[in-house]
Amino acid sequence: MSIPTLVVEDVVIKFAGDSGDGMQLTGSQFTNNTALIGNDLSTFPDFPAEIRAPQGTVPGVSGYQLHFSSNRIYTPGDNCDVLVAMNAAALKVNLKTLKPGGIIITDISGFDTKNLRLANYTDGVNPLEDGSLEGYEVHKIDITKLTREALKDIQLGVKEKDRAKNMFVLGFLYWLYNRDLTSTFSFLHDKFGKKADILESNIKALQSGYNYADTVEAFSSRYKVEKAKLPPGKYRSITGNTALTFGLIAAAENSALPLFLGSYPITPASDILHDLSKYKNFGVRTFQAEDEIAAITSAIGAAYGGSLGITTTSGPGMALKTEAMGLAVMLEIPLLIINIQRGGPSTGLPTKTEQSDLLQAYYGRNGECPMPVISASTPSDCFDAVYEAVRIAVQHMTPVIFLSDGYIANGAEPWRYPSSEDLKPIKVNFKKGMAADEGKFMPYQRDENLVRPWAVPGTPGLEHRIGGLEKEDITGNISYDAENHQHMVKVREAKVDMIANHIPLQTLDSGPETGDVLVLGWGSTYGSIKSAVRELQGQGLAVAHAHLRHLRPFPANLGTMLGNYKKILIPEINNGQLIKIIRDKYLVDAVGYNKIKGVPITRTELVTAVKALI
Amino acid sequence: MSDVLTPQGPALTAKDFATDQEVRWCPGCGDYSILKQVQTILPQTGIPRENIVIISGIGCSSRFPYYMNTYGMHSIHGRATAIASGLKATRPELSVWIVTGDGDGLSIGGNHTIHLLRRNFNVNILLFNNQIYGLTKGQYSPTSEENKITKSTPMGSIDHPFNPLALALGADATFIARSMDRDPKHLQQMLLHANDHHGTSLLEIYQNCNIFNDGAFEIFTEKSSRQEETLMLEQGKPLIYGANKDKGIVLDGYKPKLVDLNNGHSANDLWIHDDHDFYKAQILTRFFDNPATVGHFPRPFGVFYATERATYEDEMQLQLEEAIAVKGKGNLDALLQGKETWVIE
Repeated sequence: MSIPTLVVEDVVIKFAGDSGDGMQLTGSQFTNNTALIGNDLSTFPDFPAEIRAPQGTVPGVSGYQLHFSSNRIYTPGDNCDVLVAMNAAALKVNLKTLKPGGIIITDISGFDTKNLRLANYTDGVNPLEDGSLEGYEVHKIDITKLTREALKDIQLGVKEKDRAKNMFVLGFLYWLYNRDLTSTFSFLHDKFGKKADILESNIKALQSGYNYADTVEAFSSRYKVEKAKLPPGKYRSITGNTALTFGLIAAAENSALPLFLGSYPITPASDILHDLSKYKNFGVRTFQAEDEIAAITSAIGAAYGGSLGITTTSGPGMALKTEAMGLAVMLEIPLLIINIQRGGPSTGLPTKTEQSDLLQAYYGRNGECPMPVISASTPSDCFDAVYEAVRIAVQHMTPVIFLSDGYIANGAEPWRYPSSEDLKPIKVNFKKGMAADEGKFMPYQRDENLVRPWAVPGTPGLEHRIGGLEKEDITGNISYDAENHQHMVKVREAKVDMIANHIPLQTLDSGPETGDVLVLGWGSTYGSIKSAVRELQGQGLAVAHAHLRHLRPFPANLGTMLGNYKKILIPEINNGQLIKIIRDKYLVDAVGYNKIKGVPITRTELVTAVKALI
Repeated sequence: MSDVLTPQGPALTAKDFATDQEVRWCPGCGDYSILKQVQTILPQTGIPRENIVIISGIGCSSRFPYYMNTYGMHSIHGRATAIASGLKATRPELSVWIVTGDGDGLSIGGNHTIHLLRRNFNVNILLFNNQIYGLTKGQYSPTSEENKITKSTPMGSIDHPFNPLALALGADATFIARSMDRDPKHLQQMLLHANDHHGTSLLEIYQNCNIFNDGAFEIFTEKSSRQEETLMLEQGKPLIYGANKDKGIVLDGYKPKLVDLNNGHSANDLWIHDDHDFYKAQILTRFFDNPATVGHFPRPFGVFYATERATYEDEMQLQLEEAIAVKGKGNLDALLQGKETWVIE
């Protein structure tokens, strides 16, 4: 009997297992495969800070949530349709997010007495056997045993063989969703090409999982999700950190500036360092510094020499860089400080997402120390937003803070990637020498945007000294003069404020131009807000959504826009930060929705929050 | 013929390296001499002025760039070394000089100093060592002697001091030398040696702070004591010192011994200075006795150690070239597209 294939619109799968079970790899492989068939998708990897957290325990559970659809989607989904639970702890942690009637696929080897005890189930209780999962479609498979059996002819230890369990699961799901295995075969060849045994074991496990599902007819039907109706174009799948890396390389190419990254490894920003270090053939120089301070100061040195100076970090590293950021403000030198935010304060929650460094970006330095702040709202938006951040830095001679977060850094989505011709060149004006009528070089002579010249060592006639001490405007000489200091504080602020004249006006993402509620967001809350607002609009409510990329300065029309709604709701994954700035600057009685649990805000939560205001 | 044009202007003089800024060190400060010697030797190096960059941190010495008519940055405390690293990594053709002090370079910036040394960027570090915090008005520094009474140590310092050159050698420095503000000729020689070395050159300069630590190095600089207390190192020459040039140092295995040349020892028996010898250099850096100790060794001045090792910026450049040779010059469109794409009609 052939098994029928049902067409469904929307699926959320959660892969969950021990942090050594390879769930991140399984999830990302399923994601790539999904992207290639043209579904819209959104992912949410969620893993512990420890590389190998205590095996089998609840804190050791690593998860990867994938939402794919033939419709446009903007979030990884509030609840899942399918839960893969490789052990008892994974089931325990994730069961609450499974929809009623959802599918559970388990490895029964992960539910032995030891695993049940580690997951803190009461002695003698096994959720697979006590009827507590009655409302779900449970598939109990001895994945461990089946994988070992499939690999019995391969000369590898049991431990190595067990590492291929995740491929068995992947094959099983590929069968369920009618997938072609080619993309994963080619991935495995790239990854394990030099290790024949490992390559063979992974490929065999993948095929065995697929064949097993086919043979045992575990499901009464298979599923298929049609291509999504995305705007026409060429697509690829991309994560936030990769998009950011590409944005930096593109900006360097299109500004003809050599790229220098000074960085110290920190979760969740390290992947940018890893990625950029692969592209030396673009002239990219990466410098793994001895600490966060050397990371930013080496980038300052590179920028002083005429490179595109960049440093990447996360919250704790940001804190260490603050004095150097002040120096960059005083030097009025282009620099990009990229903060992939995570849960804080201090070491906080290294692998969990949060938006709690906005006030730090705004105010976290000694003295009056204004800097532009830019944020990205989705994984692919990291490309455009960081490109814009580079433009502002080099054209306005200022350090710029770029905020992303763990959720979009690691999350993936389809990206209608641009061609190099679509990208606007970034014009850079180095001062090349002295004009005939210029007497002496004035390093702080400003243009109409209050921007000083970028004069790099090696240029004859422009020898000059700059530094962190207060300086006289125009000449750049040290000055402790009272009037001059006030003037310089105001000038440095005005210079940043004037950037508002060179950025786009704020637009609505959706909704009426006047109405009951404007949901104002920034950063990674984009998808949740968009989905929630769309749902509310579908119910006929006058709710709009605006999402900020430019956080400092704000777009010139933002104040007017805020005045067009009865209520302003500002959802943030922090304890209320943008809301403080908005209230301060525009004197509006905005309302916050704040969730500080290390995970994204859900659509459902926002729908409720908006309705409470109407 | 090379495409690079060498400016054919008139030869520069020390004056060309002075600025119009008033020099604000205390009258009598050792920094004046160091400034003068640097301005004196730079014309001799033949480096175009626009290619010279002086980067400093914070402290009295760090005002240096303002007085030099070159490119310069007076940065933040302890970070000149890291800023210079980024500059040198991206602009290897520049002549980069780091001016720092015992507080700036060994205390707040100690971490960057050791990492710079191991990476071996081709830069020159001028470490002005006055064994005190001057700009903050007289606290002990990481090179101050034990038991030193200062504003922050009214009962005497209980910190054991750094031996800067031994520290540098521990970080695999490729060039270490010592000089002093009061010996202009020697200082000029050492500056030229430092400049000639391809790799990080650490030149420790004993510098008198006549306000907060006056006379700290008197015993090495005053006529009455200097010949007995200093050992001037010269490549290929025996280690001889003393007013009558009658004291020498021999090596007994790895143990240095003081000998009297009037008493059965000849110059032929002595330790011959070889600045390529790492093991001898290690021993020399340990000639660090308190001059009040009976039987103490004289304090060496000169080039202790110089060796060639690949510089960071050269290696970085090689990797860039190798990447291009292997993968071809980066193609932005190929990068953005990646391996796996699909089309929506």
